[in-house]
Amino acid sequence: MTEALRQFNERRRHAFGGMADRWRALPRWQRWLGVLAGIAFLYYLPFLGDIPGTNLIIPGLDWFRTDSIAGGSNWAGVLFVCALYVLVAIGLNVVIGLAGLLDLGYVGFYAVGAYSVALFGSTQSPVVQSMQRQFGLSEEWAVAWAVCIPIALAFSLVAGVLLGWPTLRLRGDYLAIVTLGFGEIIRIVAKNSGWAGQAQGVAGIPGPEGPPSADNTVFGLLKIEPWYWLALTVVLLMVLLVRRLEHSRVGRSWLAIREDEDAAAVMGVYPFKFKLWAFAIGAALGGLSGLLFASRSTFIQPETFNVQLSILFVAMVVVGGSGNMAGVALGAFLLAYLPERFRDFSEYRVLAFGLALVLIMLLRPQGLLPSRRRTRELQDRAKEAAVNVA
Amino acid sequence: MRRKYVRALGAVGLAAALFAAAGCQASDEGNDAGGDGNCGGKLAIFGAFSGPNSGLVIPSLNGAKLAVRQHNEANADCQVTLQEFDTQGDPTQATPVANQVVGDESFLGVIGGAFSGETKATMDVYEAAGMVMVSPSATAIELTAGDNKAFHRVVGNDATQGAAAAVYFRDVAKAKKVFVINDGTTYGAGIAGELTKALGDLAGGTDQVQEKQVNFAATISKIKAAAPDAVAYGGYTNEAAPLLKQMREAGITATFLGFDGLYDPAFPSGAGAGANGAIVTCPCLPPDKAGGTFSADYEKEYGSPPGSYGAEGFDAAKVLIEGLAEGKTTRKDLLEWVDAYDKEGVSKYLKFDPTGDVDKSRVVIWAYEIKDGAITAQQEIKLS
Amino acid sequence: MNFDALFGNLAQHTVDGLSKGAIYALVALGYTLVYGVLRLINFAHSEIFMVGTFAILGTWSLLGITDTPSIGMAIVYLLIGLLVGAAASGATALTVERVAYRRLRRMNAPPLIFLITAIGVSLVLVEIYALWMAGFFSGRGFSENRLVIGIPAMLKQETVISVAGANITNVQIIMVVSALVMLYGLDQFINRTRYGRGVRAVAQNPDTAALMGVHQDRVIMLVFVLGGLMAGAAALLWNMRYGITKFDIGFVIGLKAFTAAVLGGIGNLRGALLGGLLLGVIEVYAATLTRSTWEDVAAFVVLVVVLIFRPTGLLGESLGKARA
Repeated sequence: MTEALRQFNERRRHAFGGMADRWRALPRWQRWLGVLAGIAFLYYLPFLGDIPGTNLIIPGLDWFRTDSIAGGSNWAGVLFVCALYVLVAIGLNVVIGLAGLLDLGYVGFYAVGAYSVALFGSTQSPVVQSMQRQFGLSEEWAVAWAVCIPIALAFSLVAGVLLGWPTLRLRGDYLAIVTLGFGEIIRIVAKNSGWAGQAQGVAGIPGPEGPPSADNTVFGLLKIEPWYWLALTVVLLMVLLVRRLEHSRVGRSWLAIREDEDAAAVMGVYPFKFKLWAFAIGAALGGLSGLLFASRSTFIQPETFNVQLSILFVAMVVVGGSGNMAGVALGAFLLAYLPERFRDFSEYRVLAFGLALVLIMLLRPQGLLPSRRRTRELQDRAKEAAVNVA
Repeated sequence: MRRKYVRALGAVGLAAALFAAAGCQASDEGNDAGGDGNCGGKLAIFGAFSGPNSGLVIPSLNGAKLAVRQHNEANADCQVTLQEFDTQGDPTQATPVANQVVGDESFLGVIGGAFSGETKATMDVYEAAGMVMVSPSATAIELTAGDNKAFHRVVGNDATQGAAAAVYFRDVAKAKKVFVINDGTTYGAGIAGELTKALGDLAGGTDQVQEKQVNFAATISKIKAAAPDAVAYGGYTNEAAPLLKQMREAGITATFLGFDGLYDPAFPSGAGAGANGAIVTCPCLPPDKAGGTFSADYEKEYGSPPGSYGAEGFDAAKVLIEGLAEGKTTRKDLLEWVDAYDKEGVSKYLKFDPTGDVDKSRVVIWAYEIKDGAITAQQEIKLS
Repeated sequence: MNFDALFGNLAQHTVDGLSKGAIYALVALGYTLVYGVLRLINFAHSEIFMVGTFAILGTWSLLGITDTPSIGMAIVYLLIGLLVGAAASGATALTVERVAYRRLRRMNAPPLIFLITAIGVSLVLVEIYALWMAGFFSGRGFSENRLVIGIPAMLKQETVISVAGANITNVQIIMVVSALVMLYGLDQFINRTRYGRGVRAVAQNPDTAALMGVHQDRVIMLVFVLGGLMAGAAALLWNMRYGITKFDIGFVIGLKAFTAAVLGGIGNLRGALLGGLLLGVIEVYAATLTRSTWEDVAAFVVLVVVLIFRPTGLLGESLGKARA
């Protein structure tokens, strides 16, 4: 039984590997065309099944939409959440997949990003209100959305460094519990501090067009497609950025540290510095995602940023294939999309989610779309184990 | 090579055909809503119908479903459809749901949200679409503090109940010193804050606990140090049951009072013998005073008595259904219908003030006492 | 910061904290045992504890027990509870190892994979209870499965000793004493018996142990069962002290117990006890100084500070090395 499964896996791995090889063998212009077509498809996704501008529909594609079932959720809205989680997964992948640090408190950075735009951008936030009083500003005044972006990035970067500085010297398992604690601390502090709006949270969070209102023409309350396109654009930009990073000196250093920290140190790669880099970059991406989330929701409350969300984030990275950006993006998309599409299970959704996690890890531990290097590392480990038993 | 392409094409074609079949099936649903002519229509209800918090919400969903079923059985020519949208109580999931509901023109009104958080996250969306919301259980004060026109609730808000509890302490329990505890949630902290305000100098000592806490040793030490003759708790059964149990075991005999978050059969059964004599206030009429047969109907349908907000779920649905039956089959008409609603409901007299709250003069708050594991009506709390 | 409240009755708060920490300590033993041998965090351990609380509740309600029976009967019921709880938790732990971990162990998968698998297992266990078993054990309707369930009280809590202003109740004494007894028994088992020697051998060096004829799988099963037994005992103490259970109680207690294990030095039995008791005391002190909401923050801050100065916890990590 297990032997058959193993062979099956082996074959499938070859099939996937073959596809990747064939892709790499294509001429450059064909690959570019493929990438462009893929990106165009991503931008088209909210209309999946429709041909915009006409009344025609493409039969079949409809089935994939989350609003094709009774009680289903808005398709563009779900896509927006998917895009956010892809952004989170790409950030967390830098920490887990590239640098090999187990971070169970990633939701903390997501929360810092969300709270940055909420506390500085909303006229209803205690921080803005106290600034208004302090400086005698009008009641309409708040920090502009565009200015909130660097604020959010700066705060989450600082949070990443503050958390990383004392803890990155710890070994993997200890790091997990400390980061988990960090995520909880952020949530509890937000929940119990008057300046953060306490359990009630903060409402009236602005978007690119200013505070939420029914008059906003593009980034409004009713149409979500523009929000999705915005998030998608950010995702694509970040993918480019992280790709550059991955193939730079920093990326190679991460790889060296992940494979053997001591050897890397001997070769002159100072592990602590590069780990801190990974942490800070991951944190900034998490913060950016949190900012988009808060802007679109117009309202946040501390209970959203709980440990379960953190665990979901880690699951996205591992299920998708940690180390491979396409893999983690797929993982994030699936874990956000599938529960929405298959709402019919309602009561059994969480159970199915748990079962799926166990099965995927047992049958395909390298993740759905693994990075090649990771797969090889896993095979090496398995071989070591076989030697040990024999 | 070529054969491979052909095979791939074939596979794609087959897949497309399969999905096409599935797609047709899916799109067939949902078009059969609404009755003929100018009567009936489609309503949405959203809340945590699955996930860890669903225990608190299912009764109100059941109440709403019961109202729809009773209406549909009595009026074959005027059918109302109720579509459930599960949010797991999570604002992140509730927002796309709201967009879906307002984007589908066939939905005329919405029952929800069940929790204050998801309500706050979505009320701007419903407002922008001019769609009426009737919530069975979102009690946070600030929900009706803004200028939102769409939001209504058939449940009294936290301020009224806080004030009523203060009256109860002063006039009925004749307490000299009240220790106020809350669970830090929007609901618990809000209602405890209102109570403290209304208590004035009767308030003596306070602690804030957190959700999922089970050990209350520190809180109990604080209560003992303050030596109050009454303890009030703003929060839900989950924490209140172990807290009360441990208080009684530690020998604290002060009167215990909770709010409608504890108006829930799980509270006496969770707190056991310790719950005897505890008071629960609720802006809801006792079943025998409510008139009608709601309680009996509910128990017949679902096999257990209506839990927290079961009656409110029924009322919220009833308000909207009656509007649909009257031919208010546009969003605007239905909103106006709800604004003008003025009738006795199952849980209380239903008439909304301009902010969307139940008319304060019509809110009736009852004190219930836990006797032998059952929640029994004690007396109405007369405000002022 | 209310220092008067803390120092006015420091002894009482310490006793409260110790009895709170006793459960953490017993659950922490499960994390520590598995980690000491396999170097893996069994995140599903918290649900193994939860299963124990339900099994005991189910047995007691089957026996038709009402509040506070006579002392003699209470002891009988508590013993039955101990057996049932330990059996249920032990069996669950064994099943989890067999179904979820063994295959991964064969592959020598990295810890991250174990972690996600454990999270999946824990979701599955929680949902099984939330959907079906909670109702089965409590005899309530399906729709109420997700609500808190009361458990009959076995002992009437009474103050038996007063020391330095602290009123110590019978239940508190039972809790702390049982935690100490369980740890002592476990410590003796690991350090004195043949099976224990096997566990220590595998913890020190699995390959050499295999060469010496130690059956590795059997040792690992033993470790999971031992952890399960401790969780079952903790479940009994929990039912006795708090008198409620719910499908999701495992999460918080697991988080705390894991923190306790790391605080004391994961992989170290005495560390688990020290960490558990210390964590309980820290939490009660913090809750007394400020509000109960801040106790978790205090616990995590202390953890971080300890780890900065002692990166492997207070007593260091060593199951095999302790007295090998």
